[in-house]
Amino acid sequence: MAEEKSEPIEEVTSVEEKPKPTKKVSAAEEPFEPIIVGFLCNWCTYTAADLAGTTRMQYPPNIRPIRTMCSGSVDPVYVIRALLSGADGVLVGGCHPGDCHYVSGNYKARRKMTILKTILDTLALDDDRVWLKWISAAEGRKFADTATAFTEELKKQGPNPVKKYWST
Amino acid sequence: MRNAILEVKNGNLLDTLDALWRQLLEKEIVEALLIPQELPSRLNVVQTLVSNPESLQVPNPLAPVLPVNSARIVSQMTKVTPSNKKVGVVLRSCELRALIELVKLKQASLENLVLIGIDCFGTYSIDQYRKLAQETSSPTEDFLKAVNEGKEDPLLREACQSCEYPPPLNADLTIGLVGIDFEKGILLQASTPEGERILEMLELKDSDEKTVAKREEAIAKLTAQRAKKVEEILERTQQEASGWENLLTLFAPCINCHNCKTVCPLCYCKECFFDSPTFEMEAEKYLGWAEKRGTIRMPTDTLLFHLTRMNHMAVSCVGCGMCQEACPSDIPVSNIFRLVGSRVQKIFDYIPGRSLEEELPLATFKEDELVEVG
Repeated sequence: MAEEKSEPIEEVTSVEEKPKPTKKVSAAEEPFEPIIVGFLCNWCTYTAADLAGTTRMQYPPNIRPIRTMCSGSVDPVYVIRALLSGADGVLVGGCHPGDCHYVSGNYKARRKMTILKTILDTLALDDDRVWLKWISAAEGRKFADTATAFTEELKKQGPNPVKKYWST
Repeated sequence: MRNAILEVKNGNLLDTLDALWRQLLEKEIVEALLIPQELPSRLNVVQTLVSNPESLQVPNPLAPVLPVNSARIVSQMTKVTPSNKKVGVVLRSCELRALIELVKLKQASLENLVLIGIDCFGTYSIDQYRKLAQETSSPTEDFLKAVNEGKEDPLLREACQSCEYPPPLNADLTIGLVGIDFEKGILLQASTPEGERILEMLELKDSDEKTVAKREEAIAKLTAQRAKKVEEILERTQQEASGWENLLTLFAPCINCHNCKTVCPLCYCKECFFDSPTFEMEAEKYLGWAEKRGTIRMPTDTLLFHLTRMNHMAVSCVGCGMCQEACPSDIPVSNIFRLVGSRVQKIFDYIPGRSLEEELPLATFKEDELVEVG
């Protein structure tokens, strides 16, 4: 399939040359800012994100939040699509186990995400680009910390390699 | 549990079984029979639902070919309402295991069904079977003869060569051939009261313990041989499919026909997500992506389809290999499903089709599990 591969896009080329965690870039290049798609449950993590904002906590602006009614309603298809579309990471956030607004949605989310991460791991597709975190509505700080940690982690990992391919 | 011997007359297994199917209907042990029969051309078999023994043509559930996984057919028959008549359904192991999964998914009902499982030594692709049927008068006889001599044809489907369940699980009545000298007699194993009722009505003699023990031994040997093959396939597939580059190479010939989904006995959604307009976009979206990456593959979302299907189905995948058979591009879909399936099934200690009581992993949960994930 080598001939099917298109030239890497510019943004990625820079990383290809410097795949190491500590990424020093030349002045002409913009530093790598990972894009994180966040599927956040309405009752807990989304509210926590709100709280982090209203209390003016500082955290990197890399997350693009999508509000879902429950972490249990996040079908793996959306996570995979985000990754295939070039997201560098996907955060699925829900209520703490036992606290689901719909009683057991987050437990089911945990099984779904376990299967997803296992499949990604089996196929050597960076399963650590997918995070599942329990952040309650009161945990604005935990949301900000998670966003910071995930962003840092992804900066170390570099851009999602799938961006190099046109044949997805 | 009762084991009986059905004597094979003149060394002709197929005639003996032919008589058995007729008896089931004639003695009204079952009111109808779902059974594969030879096509008039003899180039393939097809599942048929027979209610009159006189119209039974050439039943041949031992033909080494699996055009469809019949769990789909049982689902079609019993999904809207359960059967109101006693129907004997003659199924291979992978079909029966898929049926158990479909029952758990509420897509089929076992009410009034008599599950007749047959020991399966493997099947050829439809193409290969047709070729054999054109060359010889009875591919089934040739096949069974080779099996009796202890040979396994390397042309059998890979899914069959790596099948760990040659005898069926969960059958009321099993037509036992593994480890049995089936030129003399075959073992009928009843595992349920329903199966025992049939043996009684057929007025068969009990088998001796030695025959049963010999069979158990042969099954263990065959299963071990298959397990080795599984390992070999998983190892090879792991290498072929690891990493974006390899995975994309493997799925590159996919033409997005969704045949794999159509023939999968377990892909049951009436409205598949991928047939929905969810990902139908405005022209500008496609052009935007193309601009961003220079080129995008069209139609989009082929790998998304496969990865999603793995997420939805791998936990229940019985490894029948129909997906791989249906693929016009020869993508080893089934092998990849076996690979990811083996990993996810292990997490939940789940074997698809093993038991009706075991809950589907995605339909249940434990409060204190998988804490390393979240």
